[in-house]
Amino acid sequence: MEDVRLIEVKEEILADNNQVAAGVRKKLGVSNTLLLNLMSSPGSGKTSLILKTIEGLKGSVRLGVIEADIDSTVDAAKVAATGIPAIQLRTGGFCHLDATMVTQGLDALVAKDFDLIIIENVGNLVCPAEFDTGAHKNVMILSVPEGDDKPLKYPLMFSLCDVLLVNKIDYMPLSDFNMDALRERVLALNPDIRMIEVSCKTGAGIGEWIAWLKNEVDAFSVRPKE
Amino acid sequence: MSTWQGTTKAMHELPITESILKIVLTHAAKNDVRQVVNIHLRVGKLSDLEDEWIQRYFDYLSKGTVAQGAVLKIERTPIMLQCNSCAASYPVELAEMGDAACPACGQKDGKLISGREYYIENMEVR
Repeated sequence: MEDVRLIEVKEEILADNNQVAAGVRKKLGVSNTLLLNLMSSPGSGKTSLILKTIEGLKGSVRLGVIEADIDSTVDAAKVAATGIPAIQLRTGGFCHLDATMVTQGLDALVAKDFDLIIIENVGNLVCPAEFDTGAHKNVMILSVPEGDDKPLKYPLMFSLCDVLLVNKIDYMPLSDFNMDALRERVLALNPDIRMIEVSCKTGAGIGEWIAWLKNEVDAFSVRPKE
Repeated sequence: MSTWQGTTKAMHELPITESILKIVLTHAAKNDVRQVVNIHLRVGKLSDLEDEWIQRYFDYLSKGTVAQGAVLKIERTPIMLQCNSCAASYPVELAEMGDAACPACGQKDGKLISGREYYIENMEVR
């Protein structure tokens, strides 16, 4: 029997994806297109938020949307009905988007002069957190019915987002959801996160979200170039 | 642990396992390897991977290659936070992350500095 020998490998397992993601970020940066990755559980309001965002930014920001779904085109159809360029990526069973799939989505968006492209990631708080999509900003939604304990169960997702939108605050009177407890848990993971309470149903807080986003888009177009 | 939980978590293990195999086979080809015996990985404790599923996917994907039958040895590296108030860094367990206070000053505003590694350290081969 031959002796066992040791080979040093020393490689990042996700290096390929990270490299593609860095390329996406750089390419869109050159054309001043801010790429925003929107993540949440299924049913917490990603598509509703995108529809509200389109309403709030229409006319002032050139917006495109990439919808990802395991196997349906329901969401893209809703977005396309607003007249905003939208494409649907079917991930064919995959629970997240990776940077290569995002590249395909960007190629499929025919117009190229966008100020902002929003990716609606697959509904899932675990896997999308592990894969860099190439986005410049990561935003997540947690809806009130999901409970205030989610940062304890999905810490990675909460620790890497720039903004946490707490949606469905119209459910607060019916719920034992504790906003202060949520805030404390989230800040313990991510002191820099911006938390905005919204309701896509009543429109509460949407103005604050739109203002944040508009400000980011404007700042992105005048930032110092690398 | 229930099977159901294992199944839902087993989805992103597949692309990660594909990447592991690709890197392992590249190094095997360069080093004239006939058989890969063990592969040593370093994975951050924050990464929600099930060791059992990575091995199962690896067994499936590696069939017919020199890596067939290799055992994945996974070392879990700690999650480290850095305090936003006093800059001390400290390890935390996954379950206590949302409630972790800085041991130096007691503030609860730590920023994640490590715990997400996905790294192939080395492999034992024949």
